[in-house]
Amino acid sequence: MSATGSRNGIGLDVLTVGVVLIGLALVSLFLSANTHDPLMKVHAVIFLGAFTLGIAALAMRIAGGLHFDQSRYEEGVIKAGVIATVFWGIVGFLVGLVIASQLAFPNLLYFDEIGWLNFGRLRPVHTSAVIFAFGGNALMATSFYVVQRTCHARLAGGIWPWFVFWGYQLFIVLAATGYVSGITQSKEYAEPEWHVDIWLTIVWVAYLLVFLGTLWKRKVKHIYVANWFYLSFIVTVAMLHIINNLSIPVGLTESKSYSLFAGVQDAMTQWWYGHNAVGFFLTSGFLGMMYYFIPKRAERPVYSYRLSIVHFWSLIFIYIWAGPHHLHYTALPMWAQTLGMTFSIILWMPSWGGMINGLMTLSGAWDKLRTDPVMRMLVVSVAFYGMSTFEGPVMSIRAVNSLSHYTDWTIGHVHSGALGWVAYVSFGAMYCLVPWLWKRKRLYSNALVEWHFWISTVGIVFYITSMWVSGIMQGLMWRAYNSFGFLEYSFVETVEAMHPYYVIRAAGGGLFLIGAFIMAYNLWRTARGDQRAGENVPDAMPLASAIAPAR
Amino acid sequence: MNYESVSHFAQTWGLVYFALLFGLVLLYALWPANQKKFDDAARMPLNEGPLDDEPIGKGEKL
Repeated sequence: MSATGSRNGIGLDVLTVGVVLIGLALVSLFLSANTHDPLMKVHAVIFLGAFTLGIAALAMRIAGGLHFDQSRYEEGVIKAGVIATVFWGIVGFLVGLVIASQLAFPNLLYFDEIGWLNFGRLRPVHTSAVIFAFGGNALMATSFYVVQRTCHARLAGGIWPWFVFWGYQLFIVLAATGYVSGITQSKEYAEPEWHVDIWLTIVWVAYLLVFLGTLWKRKVKHIYVANWFYLSFIVTVAMLHIINNLSIPVGLTESKSYSLFAGVQDAMTQWWYGHNAVGFFLTSGFLGMMYYFIPKRAERPVYSYRLSIVHFWSLIFIYIWAGPHHLHYTALPMWAQTLGMTFSIILWMPSWGGMINGLMTLSGAWDKLRTDPVMRMLVVSVAFYGMSTFEGPVMSIRAVNSLSHYTDWTIGHVHSGALGWVAYVSFGAMYCLVPWLWKRKRLYSNALVEWHFWISTVGIVFYITSMWVSGIMQGLMWRAYNSFGFLEYSFVETVEAMHPYYVIRAAGGGLFLIGAFIMAYNLWRTARGDQRAGENVPDAMPLASAIAPAR
Repeated sequence: MNYESVSHFAQTWGLVYFALLFGLVLLYALWPANQKKFDDAARMPLNEGPLDDEPIGKGEKL
């Protein structure tokens, strides 16, 4: 190793990745040979294939001459993350459109004999694809970018970031194949069974170590607030994942396991996990994105760095207690329900503090909202963040929850956060990252970003307004009594009444998917270095050191 | 230690603990001597750092 830490050839990182891959390939070979569970056999074969490919890829990297230059930022793994984000985004939105259409037209893709494409199996494919595959890849890619640029250091761990990237894709494939073939532990957002959970734990710990290692070797004293948010996301998700997935497998070669918790403890653990998946996966990590990409794009400093500190510490300390609001009117003790509700309402404050900080960062650059559709997308995402973090606390109030719980209102709320906030801030980050990483002076087309923005926004509005109407109607119909004290409506009558709203919701999802296709096309042409004729697109990046001229 | 005592502890000392923590966060954020540090930190995204980007890939067209 040279003084600067740059090196060629095999180091400890390559050796350790090699040992892990070979060891796990042997374990999966053993598993595939000895299991009597056909579902486990499928997964063991996928594991074996993936580890074999991994060993081959590592061997090819070694043969090609490994080179880690500590005077340069690592960008290859981030490019891969950007591609994966766009790919899984489209997959996730597409499956979402399919299941939304299945709700409106129940016979769609329904087969009596084969359950693979039933709503019940595709629904976790949708939720995992958008949250973990699309959102997770966006978080990994941007966190690797942001931590390097704000620490003035190359990503730590040599080849390990690539292990994290491909290991995470393997987790996604295992999760999705498991859901459609019937492997599930029936915990929302934590459906994968124990063997996949263990694999994710390995990948996630490697991710944590890469991130911490980069922070450790930083060349600036202060750790930028975005890195705090990313770190809280990584650490907390590790803790949530491990505790909620504590279970005992039926056998070491069986895919089925049983939770270590029972009854209301199990429910509470699950919703402690479930709500903090929202809080730390879908909020904290994406706030890290906000705190980097909005100032960067606006070319303005963070509005109030002090507010960002108060925002960070209060958000992470309060979010972790909000989970019980998912269990109002259940066997959970009343005081615990009240605790969850109270913390949810308190949470409004740090959330809006963060929203104000993001929006006000545009001070002196408000004109960019008119001229730069990427900036507009980022700002609208923060506005949606504000809206859904207001709606959430309202819905957590026990009296409101008695109307909203189990209805489509919840689905609408989740999607105003997921489409409006999480997806928009990620789209904005992708529109920033592609020209930066592929060294293009500007995007292929601004007009296409405008089209994406408006089509998707109309889609979101369709989605959330139809779900408000449908959800509140559903809740009111459920609680309606006639003059004899009997329920006014049968369940199927409420389902029938919701049909038009389900059609509108599917239409909204369709528009959102079209927008994502437009983005994918625009980003692909940008990466190729094309410029759309007749457009005067502003420069994407005034600072990068190696800008290629446009073709 | 039983359920009653744990829930009582959470409902009383938990509050004190949180109020104290929040006070500490406010102190750190608002301490006048930290102002320069935070003003600099607010500009961190705008500084790309001393490292170079990756060179443009072999297969990539300019």
